[in-house]
Amino acid sequence: MSKLKDLEDYREEINQCVKCGACRAHCPVFGAEKHEGRVARGKVALAGAVLDGEIGLEAKVLEDLSQCLLCGSCCAQCPNKVPTEEIVAAARRRIAEEKGLSSFGKGVAAVLGRPKLMDLLAKTGGTLSHLLFKKVPENSGLRLRFPAPYIDADRTLPPIVAKPFRERVPEVIEGKPGMPTVAFFTGCGINYMYPAIGEAFLKALKFLGVTVIIPKDQACCGLPAVSAGAAQTVEDLAALNLAALTRRPVDYVVTACASCNAGIGKIYADLGDDYQALAAKTMDIFVFLVKHGLPEQLAALPKAATRTKVTYHDPCHLRTRGITKEPRQILKALPQVEFVEMAGAGTCCGLGGTYSVYHYDTSKQIGAKKAANITASGAELVATDCPGCIMQLQDSINHAGGKAQAVHLLELLVAALPDEK
Amino acid sequence: MLDSRIIDQLRQIVGKDQVSAEKADLICYSYDATQQKFMPDVVVHPQTSEQISRIMRLANTEKVPVFPRGAGSGFTGGSLPTKGGIVLTTERMDKILEIDEENLVAVVQPGVVTEQFQIAVEKVGLFYPPDPASLKFSTLGGNVAECAGGPRCVKYGVTKDYILGLEVVTPTGDIITTGGPTMKGVVGYDLTKLMCGSEGTLGIVTRIVIKLLPLPEAKKTMLVLFDSIDGAARAVSAIVRNKIIPTTLEFMDGRTLDCVKQATGLQVPDAARAVLIIEVDGDREFLDKQARRIADIIQPLGVVETRIAETPEESEALWQIRRSVSASLRKVNPDKYNEDICVPRSKVPEMIRKVDEISDRYGVPIVNFGHAGDGNIHVNIMIDKKIPGEQEKAEKAIKEVFEGALALGGTMSGEHGIGIAKAPYIPLEITPETALYMKTLKKALDPNNILNPGKIFLD
Repeated sequence: MSKLKDLEDYREEINQCVKCGACRAHCPVFGAEKHEGRVARGKVALAGAVLDGEIGLEAKVLEDLSQCLLCGSCCAQCPNKVPTEEIVAAARRRIAEEKGLSSFGKGVAAVLGRPKLMDLLAKTGGTLSHLLFKKVPENSGLRLRFPAPYIDADRTLPPIVAKPFRERVPEVIEGKPGMPTVAFFTGCGINYMYPAIGEAFLKALKFLGVTVIIPKDQACCGLPAVSAGAAQTVEDLAALNLAALTRRPVDYVVTACASCNAGIGKIYADLGDDYQALAAKTMDIFVFLVKHGLPEQLAALPKAATRTKVTYHDPCHLRTRGITKEPRQILKALPQVEFVEMAGAGTCCGLGGTYSVYHYDTSKQIGAKKAANITASGAELVATDCPGCIMQLQDSINHAGGKAQAVHLLELLVAALPDEK
Repeated sequence: MLDSRIIDQLRQIVGKDQVSAEKADLICYSYDATQQKFMPDVVVHPQTSEQISRIMRLANTEKVPVFPRGAGSGFTGGSLPTKGGIVLTTERMDKILEIDEENLVAVVQPGVVTEQFQIAVEKVGLFYPPDPASLKFSTLGGNVAECAGGPRCVKYGVTKDYILGLEVVTPTGDIITTGGPTMKGVVGYDLTKLMCGSEGTLGIVTRIVIKLLPLPEAKKTMLVLFDSIDGAARAVSAIVRNKIIPTTLEFMDGRTLDCVKQATGLQVPDAARAVLIIEVDGDREFLDKQARRIADIIQPLGVVETRIAETPEESEALWQIRRSVSASLRKVNPDKYNEDICVPRSKVPEMIRKVDEISDRYGVPIVNFGHAGDGNIHVNIMIDKKIPGEQEKAEKAIKEVFEGALALGGTMSGEHGIGIAKAPYIPLEITPETALYMKTLKKALDPNNILNPGKIFLD
């Protein structure tokens, strides 16, 4: 029996839905599909009907429940705060329990649950595309973290690095005395696809003199497994990460990936006291930097003569946890940046973990709206705080024929920091 | 269960992806904001008036009821498929067809979401005032069918005041047009007005011609706390008596205020027992003067505190208080009867006293808030249906609230419509002769009683 909540545990929340329809204004999937089964109100009604035995886990129910990004937009705007993303995740676990994981979900569980296998797979080929076409079975979990392009050839994707980030850096980087010690939870995106973000992370914390520990044996946060309904995988990964992140005493566990932040900071909290303590220590990099006075230090730097127009995309996993101000504070303080707010900055990019694997067409439609807003803002760069979002944003911009580049805010930040003396 | 032959014919009309008889889909189209549930036999997503026309002809041939639906966000069950049959949703007919800046007119399909339309016209400096609380998700087709209102109606009027013309599919499947894009037009009966508020019983709106206004330059919002509801209610009358019509004049009674304080931690003095949120709009330089004048007029009526928003953010914070009401109310009791009586503006104080008296007599909490400026009061009877006898008490209290409103020259519904929720009370307001006139009309236009049967009038 999983420690994660069962669908039954959400009966009360399901009954809290008063069917007002407010979620129709906020659900990105509904916006693209215009069908009640795609919106929170419909999914909550179906979850309730499943609990009441009115309907079984038939194909149509599975399809509607798969049509959710778990972005949490609905709950944020719901007058009764019905946590649809949690209800859908619990329903997916029930589906996995009763029907078994889909072949895709099985692959996810197999690979994500074994970090060494993931390293090996990534190293063998140098680029994942090469590797996936030749060696990785069709149901590989890597496709979850680095999804659809291998299914859909027209997707833009960063190459997979030959040497993962965590193998390039020492496990402990000493800072200045009196400054805090943090564990860097890198997540798979930074480790396998975007090591430059990891390097930027280290440079920013070195600037402040923070001691950084990068545990080699950390694993995937497990959020993709939450999305796939693979309860056991989530728990196994959580146990690995709990051990890796608590081996040395640290003041904070810091992430530079919104999804990892939600994985450790929110999902783990249901698994027991040790996990709750870990969750309580978990902090987004920009919240950490603001807390330690970086915007003030940046503001003291001379402004650049010509500045680049940059807009910001709110990753769902930060926005729904109330983290929207800190990244903007940093961005606005950067000397080489002219910040412009875009319309719909807080709407999901359309990636949604496993979502874009199953529903690439809808995912593209949702991304197209985002791309249009980026273009309309006039920004040359769109900064964000999540490797998954970066991947999807760049893909959407490319499909729309836009010129903007998607970057991690950390990369912009370190470009502004003075060179090491 | 519908004959599979009929479902096949529907598929031929609209395409197979736009028809579903699968149980999961039927569940998803079985409810609205009344939280009642009726299972349809089939859900259809037409995209053109021609398709809707063919569906209506088929339904008449086969004698299958058709229930039109927008966003399914109504409070009275207007879209519920109470007799099974076909749910016909216009949610995929969601295009803004034209915004004519020379003539201040727009043409839309019925599935356009109200707020999306407002954003589109405001981009070119135009204004569509009706603002039902559901505007972020309700559709213009649904707004027309229910003749939706909202806070701004004090100054600007309701949905029907902005509808110049319609394309409608009749209950028997003809496609007709009413009115047109001109500001004047008197040829034949005013079927446009007849359709507005007919709750989808006389036709399905497939295209809407909308009148627009120039967008006011600015607005100013103020929140005024009173030491009694009577003071607040008299303030409403006093403002109107002084020939000022604000854009909005929203009120919340003491009980509502308590709920909001508890739910949101809103800081207000204990002496405050009622709130008015007043907004004025127009030329920027004119607004400060008008806000001050309003403050002067109401000052003697027990004002505890006045907060005037200086920035759009402060204005938004004041409106957030009003918007937090619905969710806050659930702290009182889990179940709510949400009524929307409307009385002449000068009778608001008397009506509030009457409701308080009914609340005390039946021992059921009644929370009042709403659009005081046009006399439209949201009377919320809060009960816990799990407690035996509560529901019966609430129903008796509702009947007395309606009778009270009618005795003051008011109406039992200002903007929510009748649907099925209020149908039993219709004889309180409408005389048998008037009801006969209406039913005769319905019978002549829909001889087989196919379109939204059982709504407004009980069968």
